[in-house]
Amino acid sequence: MSTLTPTPGQTVGPFFHYALPYEGDRDLVLPGTAGAIRLHGTVYDGAGAPIPDALIEIWQAAPDGSVVQQPGSLRRDGWTFTGFGRASTSRDGSYTFSTLTPGPTEDGAAAFFAVTVFARGLLNRLFTRAYLPDDADALAADTLLASVPDDRRGTLIAARDEQGLCFDIRLQGEDETVFLRFPGH
Amino acid sequence: MTSPAPSSGGALASQDDITAEITDIEAAYQRAGVEETQPRLDYPPYRSSILRHPTKDLHHADPETIERWAPCFGHRDVDPLEADLTIQHGGEPIGERMVIAGRVVDGEGRPVRHQLVEIWQANAGGRYVHKRDQHPASLDPNFTGVGRCLTDAEGNYRFQTIKPGPYPWKNHHNAWRPAHIHFSLFGTDFTQRMVTQMYFPGDPLFALDPIYQSITDTKARERLVASYDHDLTSHEWATGYRWDIVLTGSQRTYMEEEEDDA
Repeated sequence: MSTLTPTPGQTVGPFFHYALPYEGDRDLVLPGTAGAIRLHGTVYDGAGAPIPDALIEIWQAAPDGSVVQQPGSLRRDGWTFTGFGRASTSRDGSYTFSTLTPGPTEDGAAAFFAVTVFARGLLNRLFTRAYLPDDADALAADTLLASVPDDRRGTLIAARDEQGLCFDIRLQGEDETVFLRFPGH
Repeated sequence: MTSPAPSSGGALASQDDITAEITDIEAAYQRAGVEETQPRLDYPPYRSSILRHPTKDLHHADPETIERWAPCFGHRDVDPLEADLTIQHGGEPIGERMVIAGRVVDGEGRPVRHQLVEIWQANAGGRYVHKRDQHPASLDPNFTGVGRCLTDAEGNYRFQTIKPGPYPWKNHHNAWRPAHIHFSLFGTDFTQRMVTQMYFPGDPLFALDPIYQSITDTKARERLVASYDHDLTSHEWATGYRWDIVLTGSQRTYMEEEEDDA
């Protein structure tokens, strides 16, 4: 239990584009690298309109399930996998990452990307998870997924497509993404 | 409160309309008597929030392995010179040169060490170097308004920059943002990740601003206001402001913390 009250968050605002994006931010590995997959999706508002001024970050385990503790996310050398990426949405609300498939961090655990969402109009960051769809047993055994109502669980699971994984994020409306509150928040 | 001509068909609200909404929400908050320490995600006076706030309660989650760690940043990522926003171009930026410094700690008061702090801001005239910023104030060729640093072993950060100006925005008729600096912070756990805004003491625009007022509790929102600190000034060179930041509690066990210290 926290003893100090956390500093309040505030919206990222409309003018983060010259500050937070950086060269190579969305390429955890270079596209085309052996094992590289594309994680992508669109961020939508409550009217179903794409959000062109959102920022998505991912943080993930390596393919072997280990938690990487290597610097180099801001100055990519093309060789070091750091597990962190940042992508701002395009005019059409879409974002994309080039990365590796995260492995389960424990035997039998469901693998996922930890995701944060920032946007103009969103007064505080949101957390969610993008689970890999492949291991049905692991998904069925996952504590968080089990605690989410059936009709909303799918919003936490990415879909396989030709290049990798698709994970749309809906801030509001039908199929609103399940967003997470961690202890102390 | 009633306004004589309710806005319709996309007409902009007046400041009086927005202020009345802010006042009503704050009065309801006072009556409810339940302390809120973070901004409301659903805060209609900030018009852009209407379609962009989740309508369902955030779902409780216990952090799992990856979430109990944060990405690692190091000197390879950040040049120490990036903490000085006044030396990024050929000449001196216009405005009040100042130092901003403070400490980043977690909910237990432990320092957040060697983690990334990113800032961005308008120039002294209230203009961002951003193509979507059409406020007709001067761009300063010697000021971009972007900085980064890593906290030190005690969790301290320090920037040298220029005091930003207030600027108009399109939320309502003649809306002005109080002067502020955006801060992006990482903790020792990914669940501590946050973005916020630092404000300056005594700003007359506080009461009028729906983004600042989206934190309905007075004490909570005052946590975003830096204090003037004469000990941070430098002789005939810069004024100084102190702003300390508390992230949420770390989920790491003390065992892991001790290993970090070793």
